[in-house]
Amino acid sequence: MESGLTLWAIILLPFAGSLLPVAAGRYDRRWCAFAAGIPAALALTVLAPHVPDVLNGATLVYFHAWLAAPGLHLSLRLDGLGFIFVLLVAGIGLLVILYAHYYLSEKDPLGRFYAYLLWFMGSMLGVVLSENLLLLFFFWELTSLSSFLLIGYWTNLSDARKGARMALVVTGGGGLALLAGILLLGRMAGSFELSAVLAAGDQIRSHPLYPAALVLVLLGVFTKSAQFPFHFWLPHAMAAPTPVSAYLHSATMVKAGVFLLARLYPALSGTELWFYLVALTGLATLLIGAVTALFRHDLKGLLAYSTISHLGLITLLFGLNSRLAVVAGVFHILNHATFKASLFMAAGIIDHETGTRDMRRINGLWRFMPHTATLAMAAAAAMAGVPLFNGFLSKEMFFDEVLRQQMFGALSFLIPVAATVAAVFSVAYSLRFIHDVFFNGEPVNLPKYPPHEPPRYMKLPVEILAGICLLVGLLPGLTVAAPLAAAAGAALAGPLPAYSLALWHGPNLPFMMSVIALAGGVWLYVKRRRFFAWNARLPKPDARKIFESATQASVRLALRFTHFLENASLQTYLVWLLAAALAAAGFHLGRLPSLWGGLALSGVDEATVVGALILAAATIATLIWHRRRLTSLVMLSVVGLMVALTFARFSAPDLALTQLSVEMVTIILLMLSLFFLPRTTPAESSRRRRFRDGALALAAGLLMSGLSFAILTRPYETISGFFLQNSVPGGGGTNVVNVILVDFRGFDTLGEISVLAIAGLGVYAMVEGLKLRVPATDALGRPWAMDAHPFLLVNLSRVILPLALMVSAYIFLRGHNLPGGGFIAGLITAIALILQYVAAGEARTARRFRIDFRWLAGLGVLLAGLTGMGSLVFGYPFLTSAFGHFSVPLLGEIELASAMAFDLGVYLTVIGATLLILSNLGKLSTGRASERRF
Amino acid sequence: MELLYAILLGVLTACGVYLVLRARTFPVVVGLTLLSYAVNLFLFAAGRLHTGAPPVIGRAPAYTDPLPQALVLTAIVIGFALTAFALILSLRALGASGHDRVDDRKEKP
Repeated sequence: MESGLTLWAIILLPFAGSLLPVAAGRYDRRWCAFAAGIPAALALTVLAPHVPDVLNGATLVYFHAWLAAPGLHLSLRLDGLGFIFVLLVAGIGLLVILYAHYYLSEKDPLGRFYAYLLWFMGSMLGVVLSENLLLLFFFWELTSLSSFLLIGYWTNLSDARKGARMALVVTGGGGLALLAGILLLGRMAGSFELSAVLAAGDQIRSHPLYPAALVLVLLGVFTKSAQFPFHFWLPHAMAAPTPVSAYLHSATMVKAGVFLLARLYPALSGTELWFYLVALTGLATLLIGAVTALFRHDLKGLLAYSTISHLGLITLLFGLNSRLAVVAGVFHILNHATFKASLFMAAGIIDHETGTRDMRRINGLWRFMPHTATLAMAAAAAMAGVPLFNGFLSKEMFFDEVLRQQMFGALSFLIPVAATVAAVFSVAYSLRFIHDVFFNGEPVNLPKYPPHEPPRYMKLPVEILAGICLLVGLLPGLTVAAPLAAAAGAALAGPLPAYSLALWHGPNLPFMMSVIALAGGVWLYVKRRRFFAWNARLPKPDARKIFESATQASVRLALRFTHFLENASLQTYLVWLLAAALAAAGFHLGRLPSLWGGLALSGVDEATVVGALILAAATIATLIWHRRRLTSLVMLSVVGLMVALTFARFSAPDLALTQLSVEMVTIILLMLSLFFLPRTTPAESSRRRRFRDGALALAAGLLMSGLSFAILTRPYETISGFFLQNSVPGGGGTNVVNVILVDFRGFDTLGEISVLAIAGLGVYAMVEGLKLRVPATDALGRPWAMDAHPFLLVNLSRVILPLALMVSAYIFLRGHNLPGGGFIAGLITAIALILQYVAAGEARTARRFRIDFRWLAGLGVLLAGLTGMGSLVFGYPFLTSAFGHFSVPLLGEIELASAMAFDLGVYLTVIGATLLILSNLGKLSTGRASERRF
Repeated sequence: MELLYAILLGVLTACGVYLVLRARTFPVVVGLTLLSYAVNLFLFAAGRLHTGAPPVIGRAPAYTDPLPQALVLTAIVIGFALTAFALILSLRALGASGHDRVDDRKEKP
């Protein structure tokens, strides 16, 4: 448990600590850098107690169960491999923090830089310490995101933004492939825990999905580690500040890819497919990187391609399927991190002091900065593989390994030859880095002249790193042997092969290759002018242009597809929607053996047939006359009435009453809107369109007929027996529909009246500020009646009001036992009130009643809700009803149930919402919508 | 009877769908209303067609299924709210754009 906490602390310290430099950056740059160093130093301190165990080959696994279903657990792992990476990430991170303090100018916000850097550091530490592969993927993507921020740190530079985006797209996209690969691996191994996955190597390799998983994981690795053909993002990421390059492209970001190769080596390696994919990709990258690096005139460009080349070398080593090659690969990871970080820093110093990175202008700096030059030479010698430096040791091992592999039979010698060629170029570009910059005549037209040595402590990180290069090169046994053995042992998950880190193995073939590389490199550099001229004639594909145009092409494709589906036409969407619904329903209907479900059809009587004919005729008339809107509306009202009759005919009196009253308010509503809308619909649909809509409508109608016929003729099970049995004893009412509404399913009803109230408020809000032209005449040009409120109607409506209220009260009270209830009573009341509005005008009526319908609707919902809460007070579930019977004169025995209070809430809401809708629409027609409104 | 009912539903649906696909707002609202009739009747039909069997205890020899009725009752009222909302939307669009087309652009021939 304790070790788990410390491991998590290593990861979380940089994340939490990222706030420190931001806070300190407000005051002082030096404090800012110091504050940024604290979390990194602390992380290393926390690691310290584990060092002896880890160097002895122990693996600390901390398992903390989290999400069992997807297999995502917060488990961490510290072994030799993770250990050296923590050292690299936090150690070089510390040096970069110090270096960046001097490198970044006063104008650059230092706090933000350090915050990004610490996020990145935390993400990297998460990658190397994860035991759970899904967790690893999470941190993996975090490194892509935080490196995006770092590369694009100079947001004002277009190159930085584009470079950052390219890095994010390539590495982030590779990350997605990696996720897919990890998911497959987890399925094959039965767990996402690394211990289980590594132990299941044989199982994974023999699985039929192994090739797919391997390719996906490798896509993640190759994009991250800038392997050919995904290497193009790395040179463009050089637009980042140099400290970022020194960090990302030496020890961290690009190493995450090869780290994963090492991490999953026991699970994935050992097959021919692994060799061909990994080794050949590595070989191609090694060669392309080395050759291109020589011809870069940009100091950082040279280093970028050299990084690509060295990553290719490491990848090639892992691809050889040899245990010794893994040791060499891990060794080279360490060596490359140290010499490349120091070289980037040296390049940064030169850039900082001269104002340019163009090697055609920077010459003869030895005179100005001998100290920096010495450090750079040491690091470059390590990069070239000169004896006495660490690069030499791992390169010897590399040569030894490529000589051993026999995968290509008689043609196997090609790989050592290619490796030697790459080494020749490597020596040549290292030589160029030194000779071109520090010697080779005088500087040409430098932006800053004369250059001088940088501040004392800016060189300190370079000194430390260059010192390590030399120390490891001279005394490998005392320095690197123990961590290397621990790391390689962890990567192999098994016994280490025999190897020796000695400087001198005798004049064997690898040593000869080194000599050839050195001699060839010098020769190549001396003859460089000829090769430069040859290179200048080569066509150079601009990766960024290709990438940008590919990006734009994919965006265009996506847009075309989007516009095809989403063409800003609601009607087109509707057609898609309908067609999809038809297809889905039609598919299932088509699978029925027969539409007729087997139940006997009930008989037909004349009255019903006549009613059905009227309904059908009115419906069709609504359609046929839909251009003459008023006529169509009249037909629609006939349809509504016939629907009400249909409900009545088939034993649904409540529905009939509701439909009848809703029909009235709907028609009034439609008539009101017709006052503003054109009275006719122009004939503007094309023939093709009408045909399409007609076909769709016909299909929908046929489907609906088929579906309902299929349902009606099939037997079914219902849960209504419960309601019928318990309506009287449980709900205290004989009208089962009403009891369901206010009692059994009261919660649903509460939701529905809430929707109703919201719709009313919505209409109220939409009328706000709406100004419509009030037409002076009707459709035929006749002026509206002078007498807007006919005397007879006004008086009649006044008489009707109390009558209607009485009826609604009666309907309301009897609702629990006979057809009626809050919904219907509310609608009747609303209709009576609307009649007042129609007769006497909106202004007068509103003055007379002085009811704010917004409040009424809200009150109704509140009352219904509170009634439900009431049962909670008595310890019953929400909306449990209580009831008792009371004898009232004239009305007879009525039942007073708590459900009645609920129904009253429904009643009030219906009135409130309906009148909110109608009175607000009605007021529009008087042209004073902006005045006081209810 | 079931066949007749099914055919009526088909007629209501077909007319509703055709109107909903028109280019102007008013026919769309009328179409929506027709469609909501059809849907309500369809839901109601889930309780099958019974004559003279209202679900009022003690008033009939047999009772039809009350549950679809309760569902449809609220659906009718909500349907009204929906129609109202669609109408005010179309008026709002009329106020904003000066025309009553569903799509704010000319239909392609």
